[in-house]
Amino acid sequence: MKRLLALAALAALASGCSRNSGPDPVQTGGDPQLPDPHRGLLPTMKIASPAPWGDARPTVPAGYTITAIATGFGICRQTLVLPNGDILVAEGKGGGEPALRPKDVIAGYIKAKGTSSAKSGNRLTLLRDANGDGVYETRIVFADKLNAPFGLALVGNQLYVADQDALLRFAYTPGQTKAAGPPVKVTDLPSRINHHWTKSLTASPDGRFLYVGIGSNSNITERGLAVEIDRAQIWQIDAATGAHRAFATGTRNPTALAIQPGTGQLWATVQERDEIGPNLVPDYLTSVRDGGFYGWPFSYWGQHVDPRAQPQDPKLVASAIKPDYGLGSHVAALGLAFSSPALGPQFAEGAFVGEHGSWNRSKPAGYKVVFIPFRNGRPAGAPIDVVTGFQGDGGKTFGRPVGVTVDPRGALIVADDLSNTIWRMVPTARSPAAEAPTRPTQPPGKQTQQGSKAPY
Amino acid sequence: MALNADTRGARPIHPLFAFLLSGAVPLFLCALLGDITYGNTAEPQWANFASWLLVGAMVFTGLGLLWALIALIFTRPRWGWVLLCFVLLLATFVLGLIDNFHHARDAWAIMPAAPILSLITTLIAALAAAVGLSTLRMRDVK
Repeated sequence: MKRLLALAALAALASGCSRNSGPDPVQTGGDPQLPDPHRGLLPTMKIASPAPWGDARPTVPAGYTITAIATGFGICRQTLVLPNGDILVAEGKGGGEPALRPKDVIAGYIKAKGTSSAKSGNRLTLLRDANGDGVYETRIVFADKLNAPFGLALVGNQLYVADQDALLRFAYTPGQTKAAGPPVKVTDLPSRINHHWTKSLTASPDGRFLYVGIGSNSNITERGLAVEIDRAQIWQIDAATGAHRAFATGTRNPTALAIQPGTGQLWATVQERDEIGPNLVPDYLTSVRDGGFYGWPFSYWGQHVDPRAQPQDPKLVASAIKPDYGLGSHVAALGLAFSSPALGPQFAEGAFVGEHGSWNRSKPAGYKVVFIPFRNGRPAGAPIDVVTGFQGDGGKTFGRPVGVTVDPRGALIVADDLSNTIWRMVPTARSPAAEAPTRPTQPPGKQTQQGSKAPY
Repeated sequence: MALNADTRGARPIHPLFAFLLSGAVPLFLCALLGDITYGNTAEPQWANFASWLLVGAMVFTGLGLLWALIALIFTRPRWGWVLLCFVLLLATFVLGLIDNFHHARDAWAIMPAAPILSLITTLIAALAAAVGLSTLRMRDVK
């Protein structure tokens, strides 16, 4: 009896972490509501339960069509649209730090259930649609023997690839389908432990510099401060010499970088810290200031102190910059691309953000691609859902968006690293008949009454 | 010797049960020392040590609890002492489990409760071991 009572007490304690009464706070935009931090005895974990797409398809706004242009990757993460319209896909899975605590053993096992079990491809695959009918009939391995490539950038005739441990460069000529030889290493990147292993990448408008986003080696310094040297930073790397400097710091996991058209300003999506509640801390989209400190690990969203990082650094906290735009807590932003008027008037100015989706929140967040409208070069207004339907009923998860890329011809390319599919969304009016069969605006699961099946 | 006065009741404690009872105590105690050192240094490796020591302590406590439960079912003499030992082991197990979960927090989030929880658990584990091991002497006296 006592044991039963004790178990009941334990269950009550454990459930203390899911205070889900009341509406969620508004956490998108420039001034997100930030509740007080709290954590129950057990952290909340709700892992995506993977399911095949079957006849379901992602949902897109009216007037748009989405098709799977290729599938079966060794975990596709980011894409790059080359000047001739070819698409490069970075495939890989990095990290793999040893479990340091009993918690790491258990959490690692649970989290692995919500991700693709495919083997790391460690390669770049090129997709080509030679006649512009929306069918990418050619698929060639552009380069292999890479080490968990993630970020991609093309500067003139130089193709830059950010492996999990180094920045590499390939010579590229338009129309090329296969790298002429092994890459040249521009510089090593921090890779010890590599808890957040993805290395995001973009190039300055003049091509002189490359920006690489390097994630922290922990959630909140639980591996000690020594392993955080050169982590949670955005590096500016001289393309000619490989020399680097920290362009911005305190960015916990800068997962995607992009240059804003027109202004040349560097923007980043950053994943914020976990385990202080389902509504803390919002991931964010921000313009990146040269020399700026964005809080991690000592504070979040400006001067909200996080006492988990010790010893504290009040002087640094005082200098922490508030990010420009909250995306919501635990949405796991992993992709960023500025839009082009070619995608239609409603997406004329703004940025697409790929949200991989939460794993530590009882009510899932993310699992979609959103559009952040901009006006006069700044975010203006609430995010607009663009590609949704990655989750069906009962937590069934068909896909998880990562990289988003805008094809200047008028298409949005979305990499889905759960079903290992590259999706392509186009305005229906511009879409040739061959692309028509997928069903816009229909939620998955309600599509059996629809006619033709798209080739998946 | 007094021992042959009641041979049934005087059966000594099984060495494996004694091992389980007393083995948990230094593990909890070392976890407490790790917590205190983490509190003094903010060096997370001490908290990591404490986490693993607590896992080891739970293996001992869990098996000891199982043993005590079986003893509770099959033991006639000194049933009250066995029950007390079982209850103390159960309390150790529940507190130890909470302490384990608490140590799964990241970095300084375990402070200041971690050393407090570890201290209380260590004391109750020591009490459980004392009661469990003293059954032999009680029977001896009789």
